[in-house]
Amino acid sequence: MIWNEQYETMPREDLEKVQLRRLQDLVARVYARVAPYRAKMDAAGVRPGDIKTLADIKKLPFTTKEDLRANYPFGMFTVPLEQVVRVHASSGTTGKPTVVGYTRRDIDTWAELMARALACGGVQRDDMVHNAYGYGLFTGGLGAHYGAEKLGATVIPISGGNSRRQILIMQDFGSTVLLATPSYALNLADTMADMGVDVASLKLRVGIFGAEPWSENMREEVEKKLGLKAIDIYGLSEVMGPGVSMECIEAQHGMHIFEDHFYPEIIDPESGEPLPMGEAGELVFTTLTKEAFPVLRYRTKDITRLWAEPCVCGRNFVRMEKVTGRTDDMLIIRGVNVFPSQIEHVLMGIKGVEPHYQIVVNREGALDTMEVQVEVSEQVFSDEIKTLEALSRRIQAEIKDLIGSTCKIKLVEPKSIQRSEGKAKRVIDNRKI
Amino acid sequence: MAEMKVEQIAVFLENKSGRLAEIADVLAANNINIRALAVADTADFGILRLIVNDTARAVQALRTAGFTVTKASVVAVEVADRPGGLAEVLKVVSGAWLNVEYMYAFVEKSGQNAAIIFRFDEPNKAISILQQAGFKILTNEEVCRL
Ligand SMILES: [Zn+2]
Repeated sequence: MIWNEQYETMPREDLEKVQLRRLQDLVARVYARVAPYRAKMDAAGVRPGDIKTLADIKKLPFTTKEDLRANYPFGMFTVPLEQVVRVHASSGTTGKPTVVGYTRRDIDTWAELMARALACGGVQRDDMVHNAYGYGLFTGGLGAHYGAEKLGATVIPISGGNSRRQILIMQDFGSTVLLATPSYALNLADTMADMGVDVASLKLRVGIFGAEPWSENMREEVEKKLGLKAIDIYGLSEVMGPGVSMECIEAQHGMHIFEDHFYPEIIDPESGEPLPMGEAGELVFTTLTKEAFPVLRYRTKDITRLWAEPCVCGRNFVRMEKVTGRTDDMLIIRGVNVFPSQIEHVLMGIKGVEPHYQIVVNREGALDTMEVQVEVSEQVFSDEIKTLEALSRRIQAEIKDLIGSTCKIKLVEPKSIQRSEGKAKRVIDNRKI
Repeated sequence: MAEMKVEQIAVFLENKSGRLAEIADVLAANNINIRALAVADTADFGILRLIVNDTARAVQALRTAGFTVTKASVVAVEVADRPGGLAEVLKVVSGAWLNVEYMYAFVEKSGQNAAIIFRFDEPNKAISILQQAGFKILTNEEVCRL
């Protein structure tokens, strides 16, 4: 179901007019009210009046996580605190968290967008929504909660943790929709197996999974284990929270960005230059309607690409590919940007190859070399050398097709790639630059 | 009819020192005897090929120890342990255009004869051609008893 026909199916031409009007208003507001934005715009020599077309957005300075930290906690708010009705904060893995605020209207907008997102994922009024996203400073729990209520579904605000109790409640209340991180969804599936609960006895039909990167393989696994359709949702607290973009249940292929509220750009993370439609790069968002905590050209550090092709669901919003990498992981090898996610993509496309890999970069003389170590699973192992050599050559050729440079492939024993805290270290850069 | 093909185990080896010894340890700890063994390697990796007295248990033990293992059917041909013994077999093999992926040898304990292990593309065809040429094909049981 399309929750908001007017905006979600608006012709692009009209949508762009709405975007421009909102962008101009936003730029004027932050320039007038937020000292750090004003200082950056002055330094870049750009005034609100310079934004005459959507393309002029590239004149505006970027906003980074460091800018938000430097103005911790409320320095980037656009309205006085008495107009702020709620704050959330993102977990700071390094340094201080970033704090975001919402006016009453922001909360309403968020609920509207989250209702759109849930409807886009196939959730309906008569659904029993089992919301296992964490409630608290994290935006996931409350963000999804308000959207599900707005949609008119019944919400079970169970939050995360205590998996056995979650499953008992699923059985007793008849949960039909599961909202969770994909890894927690798999954890619930394992707990179900431990408890001897047959997934067919549950009423689950849709899972809305996000807040962490997950692969297509993981989608297949969770769909099989939980007997539901797994839909991808994207959001980040700096931009709003969950509900920035959402996969439609019809296509299950790329997430529609709610472009009447968020203006997306894809840039080259090195040069900052906008990239043409379809190319992979860093995702940048400008919030067009937020009041308390808008962002101008916020660099998400997420790597993705956008598609403008029309979608079977009828929405006119562009789609973004599943986020598979972070700019922090980006490597520059002989002048070419390489993301570990691209290598992973190649490996996952070869039947039987497990996406357990490590990239080792060295500098020999003046030349950078990249070695990709791939664990050999029993599915691809053979007693014949030529078979393994053919596998190496195929991986090498496909990587070359994708990134344009040749790397060395080294087949290694399973589990030989070091894993720290359950996560593999993907890149070892031995270059001394 | 006795199974003419012999079961062989192949183990993936990264070219790291000590891995061969670890495999030998795993097999010894499980009381498995190695009947024949050959290592093939490239600059980057190696494949250890093994014939043992209990293939199923060996595969299980090696997997448990974290090795990548696969099984293949090979053909064990007895050759006279004297000059020219091997050449006679190879003449038949090449004369019949049999495609050999790889081969290695082992000597029977009795010291009378040697056996050559062949990995053929088409093992059944190879067995009948070699038998017709008068060579003795060792069965899985015979190899395990050696
Ligand atoms: Zn769609």
